Amino acid sequence: MSDILLVQNIDSYYGKSHILFGASFSVKKGETFCLMGRNGAGKTTTFKNIVMLVPPKSGEVIFNGKKITGMKPYHTARLGLGLVPEDRRIFGLLSVKDNLELGTSTGRLGHWNLELIYSYFPALEEYQERMAGTLSGGEQQMLTIARTLMGNPEILLLDEPTEGLSPVMIKVLKDLVLKLKELNTTILLSEQNIKFSMAVSDRVAIIDRGHMVYEADVDTFRKDDEIKMKYLSV
Amino acid sequence: MSIETIISQFVGGLSVSMLLFLVASGLTLIFGVAKVFNFAHGSFYLLGAYFSYQAIALFNNFWAGVIAATIGAGLIGMLLEICFIRKIRGRSEEGAFQILLTYAFILIIDDAVKFIWGPEYKTIQKPPSLAGTLEIGAVSLPKYNLFIIVLGIVIVIVAWYILSRTKTGKIIQAASTDSQMVGLLGVNVSMVMSLVFGVATAMGGLAGAMAAPLRTVTSGSGVEVIIESLIVVVIGGLGNFWGALLGAVLIGEVNAFGVLWLPQWASLLSFVVMIVVLIFKPKGLLSNEPTRKKI
Ligand SMILES: Nc1ncnc2c1ncn2[C@@H]1O[C@H](COP(=O)(O)OP(=O)(O)O)[C@@H](O)[C@H]1O
Ligand SMILES: [Mg+2]
Repeated sequence: MSDILLVQNIDSYYGKSHILFGASFSVKKGETFCLMGRNGAGKTTTFKNIVMLVPPKSGEVIFNGKKITGMKPYHTARLGLGLVPEDRRIFGLLSVKDNLELGTSTGRLGHWNLELIYSYFPALEEYQERMAGTLSGGEQQMLTIARTLMGNPEILLLDEPTEGLSPVMIKVLKDLVLKLKELNTTILLSEQNIKFSMAVSDRVAIIDRGHMVYEADVDTFRKDDEIKMKYLSV
Repeated sequence: MSIETIISQFVGGLSVSMLLFLVASGLTLIFGVAKVFNFAHGSFYLLGAYFSYQAIALFNNFWAGVIAATIGAGLIGMLLEICFIRKIRGRSEEGAFQILLTYAFILIIDDAVKFIWGPEYKTIQKPPSLAGTLEIGAVSLPKYNLFIIVLGIVIVIVAWYILSRTKTGKIIQAASTDSQMVGLLGVNVSMVMSLVFGVATAMGGLAGAMAAPLRTVTSGSGVEVIIESLIVVVIGGLGNFWGALLGAVLIGEVNAFGVLWLPQWASLLSFVVMIVVLIFKPKGLLSNEPTRKKI
C-alpha cells in the first residue's frame, strides 16, 4: 500500500511557544490511522499543520507525492484533505442543507452527493430545512462529518470526533466510521477514547507533549497496556 | 397636516433612505464578511459623484455617469482591498491598522478629488426623462425620487436573492460567522472578500451618482455620508444587511418628518434615534446574534 499523506519532521509554534517537535508519520491509502494523546498533547495542532491552517515552521507535509507545505488551507481542501474540526464549526444560522451544500466548495467530483449523504445520515434529511444551530451536539457532529464528505476528500481528518458525545452517539459514530472504512475511505483520526480508537483503527500513533512517542498496528496496541498507562491514562 | 404633505414627505424621505441604504448596506456587508470597518466607505460615494460628473461631461448622458460611477468606484474599492486591506489581515494589531488605513484613504481620496476636479462645487442635472413630477390625485411627486425608490427596491430584491438563494450568498453568510471554516471547505475566501468589497464600493459609487442631482457635489460629502451611514448600521446592527435597510428607512423618514415638525432640531434627530435604539437594543435592532433568523 502506498503512502497518501507524509508528515515529515514538523516543528510548529503558536507565537513563541513551541508545540510540535519533529513530528513524523505517514498514512497509507485506505487505512484508518489514529493519533492518540492526552489533552494538550498536540493532536489538533498536528491536524492544523497538515491542512496549513497553521503552517509548520519547519518540516514538510506531502500529499499524494506533492509538497503542500505553505499552501493556503482552501487549496489543501481542493487537493482532497478534508478536515472535520474538533469544535465542529457548523454554520448555525444556515440550514442543514445549506451547510451540506457549502461542503461541495472543493469542486471535487466523487461518489458523495446529497442523496448518498442522506442515506448514510437519515436524521440530516429529516432536519434539512432546520437551522443547523438548533441540532443537538451529536447531530451537529454528524453534520460536520457529512459536510466534509460532500467535498469528496481523498483523506478524512477527524479530530476527536467522540469528544462530548453520549455513549449512544459514540456507537452511531463508530458504525459510521466502520461503514466509511468499508468504502475504502482513508481516515486520519485523533482520539483520546481508547476503546473507540481500537474499534476503528488499523494503526495507532501516540503524541505526547509534541513528540511522537509510539507507533504500532492496532493489534499490538491493543495488548500494550503499559503504553496506554504511560501516555493515555488520565 | 394634509395627507398630501404626508405622502410627499414620506416619498422624499424614502428616496433619501434608499440612497443611505446603498451606502450603509455595503458598509455592513464589508464589516460582516471581512470584519473591516471601512471608514472610507463614504469616499466611494464621493468618487461615484465625481466619476459621474466626469462621464457626463464627456458623453453628455446621465446614465453613462451612473455606469461610470458604479464600475469605477467598485474597481477602485477592489483594488484598495487587494493592494492594502488584505495585507494587514490577520495581524495582531489589525483593528488599529484598519482604522489608520481606511482613514488615510479618506484623506487621500478627498485630496485626489480636489486635485483632479478642483475645489469648487459641481452640479449634475437630473436626466430629462426623470425631470418632472408625477401627479397622483392631489399629490405631485418628483419622478426622480420615485425612480430612486424603485431602484432601491430592485437592489434590495436582487441582494435578497443573491444572499439567500445562491451559493455565493450562502458562502458570504457563512464567511461572516466563520471565514476560516469556509476556507477549509475549499472556498478562496480572500477572493470572496475582494468581490464583496468591489460590490459594496460599487453600490456606494452608485449612491453618489444618484444623489448628485439632489445635492451639490463637493469633496466634503464623503465624510457626511459616512457619519449618516454609521448611524444607520449602528441602529440596524453592525454586520446585518436587513438592519441596514431598517436603519436607513428609519433615519430617512425621521429626517423627512423631523424637518416638518421639529425644524430647529432636525440635524440632531438621527443621533437621538440612535441613542434611543441603543438604550433598548445595545447591539442594534437586528444584531447578528445566534438567535437571529437567517438573513
Ligand atoms: N491557538 C493557540 N495558541 C497558543 N497555544 C495553543 C493554541 N492552541 C493550542 N495551544 C497549545 O498547544 C498545545 C497543544 O494543543 P492541541 O494541539 O490543541 O492539543 P490536543 O488537540 O492534543 O488536545 C497545548 O499546550 C495548547 O495549550
Ligand atoms: Mg484537540
